[in-house]
Amino acid sequence: MTTIPSLSALPDGRGRFGDYGGAYVPETLVGALQQLRDEYVRAKADPSFQRELDALLRDFVGRPTALCPAERLTAHARAGAAKGKGASIWLKREDLAHTGAHKINNTVGQGLLARRMGKPRVIAETGAGQHGVATATAAARLGLRCEVYMGAEDARRQRLNVVRMRLLGARVVEVDAGSRTLKDATNEAMRDWMASVEDTHYILGSVVGPHPFPTIVRDFQSVIGVEAKRQCEETFGALPDAVIACVGGGSNAAGIFYPFIDDAGVRLVGVEAGGRGGAAGEHAAPLAHGSPGVLHGSLSYVLQDEEGQTAPVHSCSAGLDYPGVGPEHSFWKDAGRVEYTSVTDAEALDAFVLMAESEGIIPALETAHAIAGAVKLAARMDKKHNLVINVSGRGDKDVDEAARLLDSRGGGP
Amino acid sequence: MSESRIETIFSTLRSEGRRGLAPFIVGGRPSVEETARLLPALQAAGASIVEVGIPFSDPIADGPVIAAAMHKALESGVHTRDVLNAVQRARSSCSLGIVAMASVSLAQRVGVARFVGEAKDAGIDGFIFPDAPLEEAPPLVEAVREVGLTASLLVAPTTPRARAEKIVGLCSGFVYLMARLGITGESAAAPEIGARVAELREMTDLPIACGFGVSKAEHVRAVVEHADAAIVGSALVRRIEDAAERGEDAAEAAGAFVRELGVGLKDAGAAA
Repeated sequence: MTTIPSLSALPDGRGRFGDYGGAYVPETLVGALQQLRDEYVRAKADPSFQRELDALLRDFVGRPTALCPAERLTAHARAGAAKGKGASIWLKREDLAHTGAHKINNTVGQGLLARRMGKPRVIAETGAGQHGVATATAAARLGLRCEVYMGAEDARRQRLNVVRMRLLGARVVEVDAGSRTLKDATNEAMRDWMASVEDTHYILGSVVGPHPFPTIVRDFQSVIGVEAKRQCEETFGALPDAVIACVGGGSNAAGIFYPFIDDAGVRLVGVEAGGRGGAAGEHAAPLAHGSPGVLHGSLSYVLQDEEGQTAPVHSCSAGLDYPGVGPEHSFWKDAGRVEYTSVTDAEALDAFVLMAESEGIIPALETAHAIAGAVKLAARMDKKHNLVINVSGRGDKDVDEAARLLDSRGGGP
Repeated sequence: MSESRIETIFSTLRSEGRRGLAPFIVGGRPSVEETARLLPALQAAGASIVEVGIPFSDPIADGPVIAAAMHKALESGVHTRDVLNAVQRARSSCSLGIVAMASVSLAQRVGVARFVGEAKDAGIDGFIFPDAPLEEAPPLVEAVREVGLTASLLVAPTTPRARAEKIVGLCSGFVYLMARLGITGESAAAPEIGARVAELREMTDLPIACGFGVSKAEHVRAVVEHADAAIVGSALVRRIEDAAERGEDAAEAAGAFVRELGVGLKDAGAAA
């Protein structure tokens, strides 16, 4: 009998998901990555670590987050569907987690790891500011010093989160280099870490970067999928027929997908940022339009030109405005396990308004991409089927930017 | 196989009891034409080897000076091919070693064998891939050896001894020792590398070149007291950028600075 190896058994010992992943970093960082790998293995085997993490997730983060039916959104999808079509839509409410997004699941976990390694300082990169806020929050709770790198353009778009980070005692460093967005903030955080590895842990915010970050972040975010799976069983007595999530770097998607990866009957759909269209520089959809390349320490799909220079990207959502994606998503794409699609800025903005008006939830602009994808997907699914959307974050941070975008097309609130 | 140019350069230095200077420049800065002029100018000023950084959009190992110069090169439309063309034009008029410093991203995109082959055809003698550590380096090193060029991997101050032995085992031409942690950039204090170099000498006969934070003649002196060559990057790149900004001759400014650094080589090597 041949055993088909489980897709969830990766990465291998070299941090590879198939061909993807690895650790393309200067020698200076190799020791720190090894230390992190070793500490993570020890922590996973240590019941006291898991107890401490579980307690933080319960009492500080507010887990488990709810799984709730989206009745009016479902009705909306059914209104546009053929007879017998229109799946029931369910919302996995990561927007209800402390600080308003899934990012905190990872930062409390890595914060605990930093403390175990005896590192008193943490740094982070941030795009929309959600990971920065979550890192500053975990740092405050755990008594760690915190510095957050943020692209100057993002700091403008997400001013509220800059204020929150500062209130939480973090130092925010605005990065003026390159495209002044998430990619450049990541470069600066890696540079900081190269000079500060001895007393600093880098809390990377997505399933990207060199091994072991894609694995560690996926594992800490998997609490989303583990809870969702249990909640589906409890609520409608079955696995969902489909799960959908937005994909920038891909941490909320990896977190909700991973526990379902070996359940072949569950359709998994990732939604990338389609921006203003498919032309180069107009979107941030590396899985749709990119090619394998090395960015920020791992091999994965990346938007790049023919000689390997990272290409410019665009999305209305600062959290998705990134030319790369986690290596495990590249592997899932090539393996055919996860379908990746994209929605445009305009579709995401429509979904932002739709979600607010029909469900009473103002979603993050990132999440709005998943919602736009979900409404289309639900309309094509059978009526008796169940579709879970990962509501990765709430949209308070986006209200100014959304109002500006809605105004500019003449439909402002 | 015949000795590579890099090997010949170091064996000549050793036989003459001298140490070398290995300045770093960003290819295509201030312009492709200037790069072609800089190479002979650096040789005339006393450089044994020059490292040419191939501009990359996301150079994570580089500090602000080099990263900004790379971004400027890319913004002005410089491609890898243009940098290689500049090397090719300068090659016939200079005998110094030319080593390409390139992100693995660039090699990966066009294919390692093709990338290395095209560089060799342009007159490149060796490679440094700053973001390819021991675990990821073997396919790159193999492709470089295949065409008879040298590959230098980096050893960091934090690299444990057993790991350093494996790294050194993959190197050819010379070993690149980082004088300090962190990214490229200028630094105030002279590096202390004596113990580390002594340790590396027990593992290998390969020459050791040392960079990161080496920014004045006094630092060069401190480095070549132990290492075979001193690598100077950001301090030189800053002077080239400043000269370009003021409308002055970049090759002249670079030559003057390298001559000034060369003072640090005087009387060195006696202990070799």
